[in-house]
Amino acid sequence: MTLADTFHLSLKTVLSYRLRSVLIILAMTLGVAAVVVLTALGDGARNYVVNQFSSIGTNLLVVMPGRAETSGAFPGAVLGQTPRDLTLKDAQLLGRLSQVRRYAPLNVGEAELSAANRLREVTVLGSNADLIPIRHMKLAQGSFLKRGADYSAQIVLGSQLAREFFPRTQAIGQRVRLNERRFLVSGILAPQGKTMGHNTDEIVIIPVKQAQSLFNTTSLFRILVEAKSHDAIEPAKEAILETLKQSHDGEEDITVITQDAILATFDRILHALTLAVAGIAAISLIVAGILVMNVMLVAVNQRTSEIGLLKAIGAPAADIRFLFFAEAMWLSTAGAVFGFLLGQLGSLLLRLAYPDLPAWAPVWASVAGILVALITGILASILPANKAARLDPVQALGKQ
Amino acid sequence: MIELTGITRIFRMGGQTIYALNQIDLEIQDGGYVAIMGPSGSGKSTLLNVIGLLDRPDSGSYQLDGRTVTDLSEPEQAQYRREKIGFVFQSFHLVPRLTAAENIELPLVLSGLAPSERKLRVNEALRAFDLSDRATHRPSELSGGQRQRVAIARATIMQPTAILADEPTGNLDHRIGAEVIALLENLHKTGTTLIVVTHDRELGDRAHRQLILRDGKIIADKKA
Ligand SMILES: Nc1ncnc2c1ncn2[C@@H]1O[C@H](COP(=O)(O)OP(=O)(O)OP(=O)(O)O)[C@@H](O)[C@H]1O
Ligand SMILES: [Mg+2]
Repeated sequence: MTLADTFHLSLKTVLSYRLRSVLIILAMTLGVAAVVVLTALGDGARNYVVNQFSSIGTNLLVVMPGRAETSGAFPGAVLGQTPRDLTLKDAQLLGRLSQVRRYAPLNVGEAELSAANRLREVTVLGSNADLIPIRHMKLAQGSFLKRGADYSAQIVLGSQLAREFFPRTQAIGQRVRLNERRFLVSGILAPQGKTMGHNTDEIVIIPVKQAQSLFNTTSLFRILVEAKSHDAIEPAKEAILETLKQSHDGEEDITVITQDAILATFDRILHALTLAVAGIAAISLIVAGILVMNVMLVAVNQRTSEIGLLKAIGAPAADIRFLFFAEAMWLSTAGAVFGFLLGQLGSLLLRLAYPDLPAWAPVWASVAGILVALITGILASILPANKAARLDPVQALGKQ
Repeated sequence: MIELTGITRIFRMGGQTIYALNQIDLEIQDGGYVAIMGPSGSGKSTLLNVIGLLDRPDSGSYQLDGRTVTDLSEPEQAQYRREKIGFVFQSFHLVPRLTAAENIELPLVLSGLAPSERKLRVNEALRAFDLSDRATHRPSELSGGQRQRVAIARATIMQPTAILADEPTGNLDHRIGAEVIALLENLHKTGTTLIVVTHDRELGDRAHRQLILRDGKIIADKKA
């Protein structure tokens, strides 16, 4: 019996047991589709987070006060000390390091913004001119904080605030107040929406010294540092720790985190999550494989006398085995193909429903889903096919 | 030429040994017409199945066309069945999913013949057995006589040297049964060996040779 005839004859069988075939193919389809859609979701979430996190800067390091110990106690706490604050002087020291391209000190607080009879609470960032390039921000109009003018009374408004406070007039050049201090609007940020959970459209930015005096503090919340290159990130981290240790009388009381390390961690965690989800979906495929096996065993029983007939007219055991094997191949291939298509459709719908989420199934997941479906189908057919091939022809013919 | 020497087939059922065939010696010439008769359980079907290489004897030797076939491998025996033997059964044994033409085609498919050649031979067989207008019907849509004609067409499509029929008229009424026998006898006239198992005395008398079995033994071998 030729291969083509074997597949043709088994296809006829698959088509004539229609309901049975549809149900098995459905089980396979759902299994494969689950693998494709769930990995699309997992990988989409991973890409989303990584993109978001990459978009906040390049080769970014964040310096913050306090020592984040992963093991052991807070050394300062044991000695009864509080960690030393970060100061503007610290920030300037970092700016001189050879591995550092630029830095931006950061102060954050809440204040009341008032102008043109309007009043609302806003988040205030105090920083310098380099905040824009470091944080990949964009200006829609006017100019950002003037370089080297940490005390000038200028203010940059988030796009939403500019629209709210000056709906009909040009915002640039207007006077506003922050907690009774006067500022002159010099620029408006381009709308950016939410990144990493906070809305840059509803903040205001003022020079860092203005912010410190507004919030009545001499310390900094963070120092953002951009390394000169990707390779300079780790040396920059070392240099920053060393520099600030010296300036803090030998105390290692600051923490430096790198964007790179966080990115790698996110990437790893979310990738592992995707794999786990794919594995769970693959279990449903194995369940579908067991279903195929069960149905094929029933088919061998149902078709016992037919198998006897095939043997009587001269089919060798190998042909019988391959007929059942081909039948399982049709079922699992159909399941794999439909499942892949359904999975792609599901991913497309996900992308349409959540345009921000790049829900594309990774190629490895689609390939793995299809392969697992085919392999379980093949494995599931071995037992029934052998059973059919080994039937005694005389007894098989006698069975009705 | 079929030569059986000392063929024994034993079935063990719950500690009891049944000799379905007991030391059978038998020679059937090519082109012979043999009826196998005897009471129920006497071993007629078992003998036919051994001759058709469907069943293996427990002892004895079987030579088909001068070759010992008792110790052939499974695929070799299958090839003999495919090329030299055509089976016809009491209950037709058609594949219900396939049409009349596809059922007739099955042995050709198993032998790996090209589809175009198959089509020619199937059409020829359909015409020869007066089934042309039933070619695309499924077995459930055919009468008993038509089903047995399909089965005979299938048994002969490979032009076997022997047709083995196990009570071919057992499920048919007298008139249709006579038609089926006429078909088989026509095949015999073209030179095919015909071996028929039957309970029907009248039918047995038509054969040129009658074997009577009892308890797995040939108790009479009558030649006309
Ligand atoms: N698979 C089997 N297991 C056990 N005993 C069997 C088996 N097949 C046949 N036999 C026994 O072997 C003997 C011969 O059986 P066989 O089918 O050849 O008889 P038969 O002459 O064809 O009978 P019938 O006219 O009823 O068809 C019987 O006693 C039967 O019970
Ligand atoms: Mg019998």
